[in-house]
Amino acid sequence: MHIQIDQIAKTFGTTSALHPVSLSIPQGALVALLGPSGSGKTTLLRIIGGLEYPTAGRVLFDGQDATNMSVQDRRAGFVFQSYALFRHMTVFDNIAYGLRARPRASRPAPAQIAQQVTRLLDLIQLPDIGSRFPTQLSGGQRQRVALARALAIQPRMLLLDEPFGALDAKVRKELRQGLRDIHDETGLTSIFVTHDQDEAMELADMVVVMSMGRIEQIGTPAQIRQTPATSFVRDFTAA
Amino acid sequence: MSDAVFIPRFRRASDDSPLMRLVLIAVALGGLALLVVMPLVVVIGQALAQGWGAAIASLASHDAWSAIRLTLLITAIAVPLNAAFGIAAAWFITKFDFRGKAFLITLIDLPFSVSPVVAGLCIVLLFGANSTLGGILIAHGHPVVFAVPGIVLATVFVTFPFVARELIPVMIEQGRAEEEAALTLGASGWRVFASVTLPNIRWALLYGTLLCTARAMGEFGTVAVVSGKIRGQTATMPITIEMLYNEYLSVAAFSMAGLLTCLALITLTLKTGLELRHADALAATRRH
Ligand SMILES: Nc1ncnc2c1ncn2[C@@H]1O[C@H](COP(=O)(O)OP(=O)(O)O)[C@@H](O)[C@H]1O
Ligand SMILES: [Mg+2]
Repeated sequence: MHIQIDQIAKTFGTTSALHPVSLSIPQGALVALLGPSGSGKTTLLRIIGGLEYPTAGRVLFDGQDATNMSVQDRRAGFVFQSYALFRHMTVFDNIAYGLRARPRASRPAPAQIAQQVTRLLDLIQLPDIGSRFPTQLSGGQRQRVALARALAIQPRMLLLDEPFGALDAKVRKELRQGLRDIHDETGLTSIFVTHDQDEAMELADMVVVMSMGRIEQIGTPAQIRQTPATSFVRDFTAA
Repeated sequence: MSDAVFIPRFRRASDDSPLMRLVLIAVALGGLALLVVMPLVVVIGQALAQGWGAAIASLASHDAWSAIRLTLLITAIAVPLNAAFGIAAAWFITKFDFRGKAFLITLIDLPFSVSPVVAGLCIVLLFGANSTLGGILIAHGHPVVFAVPGIVLATVFVTFPFVARELIPVMIEQGRAEEEAALTLGASGWRVFASVTLPNIRWALLYGTLLCTARAMGEFGTVAVVSGKIRGQTATMPITIEMLYNEYLSVAAFSMAGLLTCLALITLTLKTGLELRHADALAATRRH
């Protein structure tokens, strides 16, 4: 899906989280929102996903105005910063949640749901953990389950908030490749938030550098590295 | 934890001396015996002073039956109401940002800080025969004061905070992320509540509800004001106990007190039993 952000602004009370920002994300891209803590990355991601409404501006999906579309109708696969797995459900039930939440008419039969969940568990290379609870998983496993849960609804886009934030360096590297593989396999337009420039540069086709609620530069990793648009970008990517 | 494993021979600097520990344990157990066990023994002892027969006969009287039925009825109405109110209030407070939140939390605690007698008098002033509202209700054959609706109202007011106060900290700690995740997966608001919110708070809800039940059965002060203490009609168990005691009918008074205590103990046993049986699920919902 082609996602357009048109002059989106967001204020919380008196704090301005996003000054009007505009951004166009082509179908199938893997985009990194890169910036220091507090720069408005999460806010922008949540606005795209429908968890937050903008104070001003429009969101367009494939050219259609989606600004007031409900979070359910957007069908955005969202991976939360701390994964937000349902703690009282098994991994299987977590992944099946979105399928079971569908209206009765379009809800798959239990056998089909089981088949889908099995397929997704294979996709994240954790075929045997369906009966476990989230507390019984490692950080890396939780992240992959969260990804599988988001993919189960056959989302129209993938939105990930600091998907590798809580993991140690080794697991990070592995899962980076995992995300790249899943992106290439599904062809979903994907946006991930990170404050780690290596991660952004290595993984993304397109990097959006943000600072204090503004977009500083949009470009390929090579463009950002070779021709930083502002002194902020130069300093941030040099660090 | 780890230092206890590797250097078990040394006491930690933060440990109390053995003597201090003994004193503290003795004080705790002594207090427990004095404040909890002793009254229980006295109540049961007094009730059975003239044997089981006398105790049971006193509970089988018409007025005693009426009091037991009334207390159970009031509890059966007040507790579900307050469970619902408590969930709604806690949900509203923890899942939304709005101005005046601190004030609302204070308001929930109001029944704990207002004297029961004052609360009872407020109900009498609002719904009594001399008030406009009370006059209209009595004219239509629905008296509130000196009748069951007044007692329900009083009990609901007094026991309102229990459920909400148990739920608010749990819901604040759990945050909104799981609910938001469910929304992004396409679940409707109601489905999110039933499949995510409610299961995550079920233990706190159970605990709050059981405390609320125990308190609802035992409520005295506010009910004493609004019920009019009509024997066989508006006298609840606690009210009946007081009346019997004032008439020097100590076997009857303590028999009913013993029964009321047993009801409270059943509530607590139920809670403990459920906690033991579902220890795993309990741990899973408490910590991620
Ligand atoms: N719900 C909220 N209420 C008030 N302020 C918020 C809220 N969410 C975000 N903010 C503020 O908006 C700014 C951007 O936050 P965020 O989008 O979370 O940044 P990032 O994800 O880049 O760290 C910060 O100053 C933050 O304090
Ligand atoms: Mg963030």
